Amino acid sequence: MRLHLFRTSTFRFALVYVGLFATSALLLLGFIYVTTAGYASRQTDEVILAQIAGLAEQYRQRGLDGVATTIAQRAARNPRGHAVYLLADPARRRIVGNLDRWPREAVEPGWVEFLIEDPDTQGEAYRARAQFVQLAGGFHLLVGQDVQEQQRHQTLMISAMAWGGALTLALALIGGLLMSRATLQRVETINRASREIIRGDLSRRMPTRGTGDEFDQLAENLNAMLDQIARLMDGIRQVSDNIAHDLRTPLTRLRSRLEAARLSQADPAMRATIDELIADADALLSTFNALLRIAEIEAGRRRAAFEAVDLAEIARDAVELYEPVAQDKRQTIAADLASGAVAKGDRHLLAQAVANLLDNAIKYSPEGARIAVTTTVLPAGPVLSVADNGPGIPAEFRDKAVRRFFRLETSRSTPGTGLGLSLVSAVAKLHGARLALEDNAPGLRVTLAFEQKQGGAAIPI
Amino acid sequence: MRVLVIEDDPDAARFLVKGLKESGHVVDHADNGNDGLFLATSGKHDVMVIDRMLPGMNGLAIIEALRKEGRRTPVLILSALGEVDERVRGLRAGGDDYLTKPFAFAELLARIEALARRGEAETPKTTLVVDDLKMNLLARTVTRGGRSIELQPREFRLLEYLMRHAGHVVTRTMLLENVWDYHFDPQTNVIDVHISRLRQKIDKGFAQPLLHTVRGAGYSLHPPR
Repeated sequence: MRLHLFRTSTFRFALVYVGLFATSALLLLGFIYVTTAGYASRQTDEVILAQIAGLAEQYRQRGLDGVATTIAQRAARNPRGHAVYLLADPARRRIVGNLDRWPREAVEPGWVEFLIEDPDTQGEAYRARAQFVQLAGGFHLLVGQDVQEQQRHQTLMISAMAWGGALTLALALIGGLLMSRATLQRVETINRASREIIRGDLSRRMPTRGTGDEFDQLAENLNAMLDQIARLMDGIRQVSDNIAHDLRTPLTRLRSRLEAARLSQADPAMRATIDELIADADALLSTFNALLRIAEIEAGRRRAAFEAVDLAEIARDAVELYEPVAQDKRQTIAADLASGAVAKGDRHLLAQAVANLLDNAIKYSPEGARIAVTTTVLPAGPVLSVADNGPGIPAEFRDKAVRRFFRLETSRSTPGTGLGLSLVSAVAKLHGARLALEDNAPGLRVTLAFEQKQGGAAIPI
Repeated sequence: MRVLVIEDDPDAARFLVKGLKESGHVVDHADNGNDGLFLATSGKHDVMVIDRMLPGMNGLAIIEALRKEGRRTPVLILSALGEVDERVRGLRAGGDDYLTKPFAFAELLARIEALARRGEAETPKTTLVVDDLKMNLLARTVTRGGRSIELQPREFRLLEYLMRHAGHVVTRTMLLENVWDYHFDPQTNVIDVHISRLRQKIDKGFAQPLLHTVRGAGYSLHPPR
C-alpha cells in the first residue's frame, strides 16, 4: 500500500520541528519587543523622574517661586509639546503649567495616564503619562510626557510581530510539508522498487541518485542485500535444476529403454507389464515436470509474456474442455461469464490454472454435484471463481491446501499429484492476484481476484 | 522418409535412431552442431530432429542458419529445458514443433510424420473424405454414409484435425495443442472423454469403426483395413 503523507514519520518530525521553531520564534520576538518597546517606555519614565528630581531640587533651594518659574519657562518652550508640566495648589487649582486644569485621573501620587484634549486639532486627544508628586506644603506637581507616538509604535510593533510570527509559522509548515514530501518521495521510490521485487522481479534494483546521501546509502545497502539474495537463489535454482536434471535424465532413459523393450516384445502379458512400468515412469516424470514448472513460475521469469487476457474466454475454453468429464460424473457446470473481465497475464498459465481448478472441482465432488464457474468485474479488478457443492476443505486446512503435495486424507485415494493448487497459487502470485479458498456452504469456492491497475497491485500473501 | 537426428547424448541418440529405423525410416545422425549443420545443408532430408543444446553450435543457431539459406525442411526441436518460454523461442527461431524431454517415442514419431506430411498436400481443400465419412469445410457439415452428423464447434475441429491426419497416429498432446491450443498436460485425461464422445457420433450405428485407439500412443482415424 502507498504511504500517506500525513501518516509518515517525516511529516510528524516536520510538525515537531515546526512546533519547536514556532516556540523559539515567539521567544525571540518577545525578547525583541521587551528590549525595544520596553526600552522606550522605560526611557520616558526615566526622563520624567529626572525632571521631577530637578524640580524637587529647585523647590528645596528656591521654593515655590523657583519651581513655578522653571515650569513656566519649560511650558513656554513646550506649549503643546511632548512634555507636560503642571503645578497646582493643595486644592489642585492650576498655578502654572501647560495644562489647563488638573487631570481627573491623577488622584493619588504616583504614575498616571490620561488623555489631553488638543485644542489645535479640534477634539483630537493624545495620551500622556505622568508622575504626580506632592511637594512639601501641599502643592501638587505633575510632570509627564506625551506617549501617544510611543503607544502607536507599540501597537504597530505588536501587529508586525503577530504577522511576522504567523508568516514564519506558515513558511515553516510549508517548508516542513515540502521537506517531508521530498523525503517521502525518495522512500516511495524504494518502496515501489521493493514491491516489484516482492512480486518476483528480482532483477530490479533500488534507484540511486549518485549523491551518496543517506538514502543512496540505504538503497545501495538494500541492493547489496538483493545481490546476495539473487546469488543465493541462483545457487538454489542451480541445485534444484541439477537435481531435476540429474533425476530426469535417468528416468527418461528408463522410459526409453522400456519403450524399446516393448517394441521388441512379442509376449502380450510382458507387454502389459511394460505398459504399466511406463505409466509409473510417466507418473514420476509428470510430478517432476509439475514441480519444475511451479519453480519456474515462482521464479517470475514469465512476466515478459504478459498480454491482455479475457478471463471469460479462458474460462469458457476450460469449461468446454471439461464439460464431458463432468457429464460422465453426472455433474453440471454452470458458467456465468461477465464480459470485460480482462486481466494482464500469461494466457497459457491462466488457462492451466483454471483447468486445474475445474479438474479439482470435478475430481473431489461427488456424482451429481453442481459446479459454477463465474467471472465478474469488480471496481478493484476482474474476479474469476470456481465453486462446487462437494465436501469442501475444512477451514483449518485451507491455508495448507496450496502447499506442495498437500492432500486431504480423505482424497488420498483419488489420483493426483497434490500439486494442482500449488500451481494455481504460483500463477496467482505471478499475476499479483489474490487466491482465496472459501466455504461455499456446502463445498469449496476458489476465487482469483486480479488487480486492474498494473503497478499499484496489492501484494498477495 | 529420410530423417536427420542431431543429438549429442549417446543414449538418447541410439534410442532415437533405433526407433526411427524400426519404424521404417532412413536415419542420419550427427552428435555435434557443426557436423549437424553440414549434414542439414545437404538438403536430402524430409524432416530433422534437432536438440536444443549441442556442443559446437546450438540447435537454434543451426535452424536460423538453415532458414537464412532458404531451406524449409521441417524441424522438430528437442529440449530438456522445462522453461515454457523456450518453446516460443524455438518456434520463433524457425522450428516447426517443439518437444520437451522426456517424451514417449510414439509422441516423437507421430509428430515428425505429421511434420513431413505438412509439406506434401498444401493445396487448400474444401472437403475431407475418409471412407464414407465426409466433411465439408465451407458449409461446416459432416455426413457419414449420407447420414448427417451434428457436431459441436470443438468436435468439428477435433474431427477435422483427425481427418487431415487420417491414416496416421495423432497423440493426445498433439490434439491438446492443435485443437485446444493448450500447452500443458491436464491432470485428468480429458482428451479420452472428448474422443469417446466423437466416437459415439461418427462410429455408433455403423458396421466399421473409423476412429481407433493406438495403444501407448494416441488415436488414428482410418478406413477399415
